[in-house]
Amino acid sequence: MASLARLELSADEVDRYREQLSQILDYVADLDAIDTSGVEPLSHAVPISAPMRDDSTRPSLPPDEALANAPARDETAFRVPPILAGE
Amino acid sequence: MTRADFEAVIGLEVHAQLLTASKLFCGCSTTFGAPPNHHTCPVCLGLPGALPVLSRRAVEFAIRLGLAVGCTIRKKNRFARKNYFYPDLPKGYQISQYEEPICEGGRLDVAGKVVRLRRIHMEEDAGKCVHDAAGSSVDLNRAGVPLLEIVSEPDLSTPEEAGVYLRALRDIVVYLGVCDGNMEEGSFRCDANVSVRRAGARELGTRAEIKNVNSFRFVEKAIAYEIARQVDVVLSGGSVVQETRLFDSDRGITQSMRGKEEAHDYRYFPDPDLLPLDIADASIDDVRRTLPELPAARRSRFLVEYGISEADAVVLTADRVVAEFFDVVMRAYAGDGRRAAGFLRTDWLRVANDRGAADVVARVPAAKIAQLLQMVDAGTISIAARREVFALLVDAGEGDPEAIVRERGLAQTSDAGAIEAAVDAVLSANPNEVAAYRAGKEKLLSFFVGQVMKATRGKANPAIVNDLVLKRLRS
Repeated sequence: MASLARLELSADEVDRYREQLSQILDYVADLDAIDTSGVEPLSHAVPISAPMRDDSTRPSLPPDEALANAPARDETAFRVPPILAGE
Repeated sequence: MTRADFEAVIGLEVHAQLLTASKLFCGCSTTFGAPPNHHTCPVCLGLPGALPVLSRRAVEFAIRLGLAVGCTIRKKNRFARKNYFYPDLPKGYQISQYEEPICEGGRLDVAGKVVRLRRIHMEEDAGKCVHDAAGSSVDLNRAGVPLLEIVSEPDLSTPEEAGVYLRALRDIVVYLGVCDGNMEEGSFRCDANVSVRRAGARELGTRAEIKNVNSFRFVEKAIAYEIARQVDVVLSGGSVVQETRLFDSDRGITQSMRGKEEAHDYRYFPDPDLLPLDIADASIDDVRRTLPELPAARRSRFLVEYGISEADAVVLTADRVVAEFFDVVMRAYAGDGRRAAGFLRTDWLRVANDRGAADVVARVPAAKIAQLLQMVDAGTISIAARREVFALLVDAGEGDPEAIVRERGLAQTSDAGAIEAAVDAVLSANPNEVAAYRAGKEKLLSFFVGQVMKATRGKANPAIVNDLVLKRLRS
């Protein structure tokens, strides 16, 4: 998970977070005990329809701002490590 | 068992890029060809805290296509997140529709066969990666551009049928003005699901998905190759693996897409950033009212209403501008539809293919076309002269057909006296041919007619010339 999220963690931290994440998952698992058969899944609590916008363009970010957080770039493209070389 | 014992089952997934000015969930431009990342903003870059707002027009386009192909439009829509990790997907998920697509059902009539549609749903496009040895460059201009994914049932059984289906679908999206249908530029893309089974078997074989096909011809080639490959696998005792394969157009083969073979679990769930979308009956009706007549319906109407041939009807309905113009011309002309169709599909289309139909329509309106047709009907000008006047009208973008005919001396002579004199001159100048004709060489008739036309510099009415020559030769 740390590797997917690009986080650098020490061995201690890995242990500690593993413990904490397990607790969270156990806690959520308690919800499984409730019988929800016949109850429609609720994805949104507010019963209104999605607002929509007209099809007009607005200025985009200046490329330098769009790339401000990029660890590496090539001109105005983001650079990323080789993709298929495994995680 | 031989190859002939197998049949193929093919289903197609088409991604059509919508002709909106802005992206599906933000105001960035969808224009093609800008330098990398010039059309990006916090929403389509997936920056924290940015919220998507749906484009009304994209929804309208989805309804338009759905109605045109007979789908049921879902009144209660939800957007879902399709989760996967890839650098072209900055949010780590694609906003799509999963269990509740906007259009369901529907059908396309393809060369006498009904192809059922499973669903049409709205989703956003991903960005573009360019790979090299050291890594990849990511351009997110395309990220967030609106797409419709159109999924057919596996009702197709040959590569040719798949080609016909694709072309029919492309014609419809272009006609409706929802997509430009350009396969080479990627605004109309196709993935094919292909499996084989013993002919007549009910169970489906394991399917492979072919991606990366960017022309109609390649779709047919890729499917044909894939069918043959799968049959070979089964015949040699193996079994087909469920996988994604890429088409290599240079070598004409499909190849397993290594490295992406693990079955994806996209962990779809409703996007909490987007409220469910309710579509009112009234807005569906609004879209229905603006639907143009589709090519197939228009074709049948042209046959009945104007009495033109099937072949002419196919040509004249292929392009919406041309089809609509033909209707207007026929209202102004009110003559024989076959003659109008003949002119439009030859001289007129030749110019329109060159300059663009809309431009030609603007330069030479239907009333003038009707005038040209009527002048030929009345024998005032020849077909060659009509072509010439039409070319002049197009070039000038103005002008009166009758005035041009007058000024250029293009009027055809139907004056029997003048033509008679020319006929007599030609016959007396060619006594040997006259004798040969009378001796039975009747093919010489066209020679005499040609000579008379030449003598009158093409202005004589050919029908009258023909009659007079015959009359003289027989006397």
